Amino acid sequence: MSALLRVEELDVRHGLLQAVRQASFDVVEGETLALVGANGAGKSTLLRAIAGAHRPAGGRVVFDGEDITAMPAHRRVKAGIALVPEGRRLFPELTVEENLRVASASRRGGPWTVGEVLEAFPLLQPLRRKRAASLSGGEQQATAIGRALMTNPRLLLLDEVSLGLAPIVVEGVYHSLRGLIEAGTTIVLVEQDLARAMGIADRVACMLEGRIVLEGARGELTREQVTDAYFGLRRQEASA
Amino acid sequence: MTWVADVVHGILLGGFYALLASGLALMFGVMRIINLAHGSLALIGAYMALLLTEHLHISTYLALAPVLPGALIAGYLLQRTMLERSLRAGQLVPLLTTFGLLIVIANLLQQFFSPDVHSLDAGRIGPASWHVSSTLSIPWFDVLTLGIAFSVLGGLHLVLRLTQLGRELRATAEDPDTAELVGVNARAVYARATAIAVAIAALAGVFYGMRSAFDPNSGANELLYAFEAVVIGGIGSLWGTLVGGIVLGVSQEIGAHVNQEYFALGGHVVFLAVLVARSASSAPRIRYALRRFA
Repeated sequence: MSALLRVEELDVRHGLLQAVRQASFDVVEGETLALVGANGAGKSTLLRAIAGAHRPAGGRVVFDGEDITAMPAHRRVKAGIALVPEGRRLFPELTVEENLRVASASRRGGPWTVGEVLEAFPLLQPLRRKRAASLSGGEQQATAIGRALMTNPRLLLLDEVSLGLAPIVVEGVYHSLRGLIEAGTTIVLVEQDLARAMGIADRVACMLEGRIVLEGARGELTREQVTDAYFGLRRQEASA
Repeated sequence: MTWVADVVHGILLGGFYALLASGLALMFGVMRIINLAHGSLALIGAYMALLLTEHLHISTYLALAPVLPGALIAGYLLQRTMLERSLRAGQLVPLLTTFGLLIVIANLLQQFFSPDVHSLDAGRIGPASWHVSSTLSIPWFDVLTLGIAFSVLGGLHLVLRLTQLGRELRATAEDPDTAELVGVNARAVYARATAIAVAIAALAGVFYGMRSAFDPNSGANELLYAFEAVVIGGIGSLWGTLVGGIVLGVSQEIGAHVNQEYFALGGHVVFLAVLVARSASSAPRIRYALRRFA
């Protein structure tokens, strides 16, 4: 099967700091890839570079056979890539429903409508006319995921969706993610919680200081291997 | 009774200021651009209407039909060719760009139309007024202007609340980077905002030309009043702009009541008072705005 997303030797810089170094990986349609790694390993930057929020200094991003490295973010959304950014980043003065509706700007057809999102996240149903700023963390996260789904993405990028949420809320968020995965959505997610990442993903890639140091299918990797790579105890070469 | 007349005239005058200021408020609200060329763009609208009425012998109101779409296009191109580039260079650069534009426009108008004073024909409604009492008469033209200001602000309000363009405008105003990530072309949204703002400016300019005489340097003066209306009304808020315009108009009329020469002064005093009160109190909006320019 050919890859839906192919990242080739990607370099991303924040000024002088090189946040991502020579990152390469493929994601095939319907697959879930978890990016794990310590704080500052470059996971979020890598995700933002795929979404188009950050221009890479080198390398290529290929989506569905097309080189999108120079494509602006809004056109990537149109092509079918959606990012749920770290910290939710809702539009605080817009209502929940308006936050969802803004995302229909890309006019990609597909199954997700305001009605569908509210059905998938029933907790949002009574909140649809409330300002996003007035929501709790979990409600905001649900809105942020719903907003990304409104673009009917072929590839959903999730950046630390459990950050700052109560464990029971995280459980709820992951429950809805499982629903998406079962429906065949291709997902790349960044997750600090190793157990959770290995529980939900088909494949895990571990980043250390901007490099992908370990990558493999869930069954092939032991928790110890990932933990070692996570802390850089035994540096291993990235395996394709 | 004459005080009543002053207040009524002030309110009507405020309608004109609100019309003039709403484009300024829109651009500031969406892009944080203080468009110093706003009054000059309005003036171009007046001169374009002048050209059409003189050469085609049509009424000024009919001249709006080509002037407004022309202004929409001009605003779009202005954003795409100049303001977009200057926005990328930081908050201060658009201020300098529009200041330059103000001077260029004044000089170009002088070149093409001579420094002479012109005015536009307001039609039959121009001199007509409703005599309520011996001291109070209400000019129909001023009522029309207030009505147009109200419709423009109401229309903008509905567009912002109910349409996809409105949602995209508000989302982009709050967070342009995230708007891009949900599929909004932020640059195109900015260009549409400027297009609307310039069209409203041109509309205000044509009404300005019908209510008073204008010359190529009138732009800066009008900008000042529009700017005062925006600040009094709470910077970037649409309905606040109407309130700001009316407060400014009433203050000017009251100033003029005290002494004919205090017309402008009355407005300036209230403007400064509001500015001081706002920055002293914890009104977050203006603090935020000031911090961004500090």
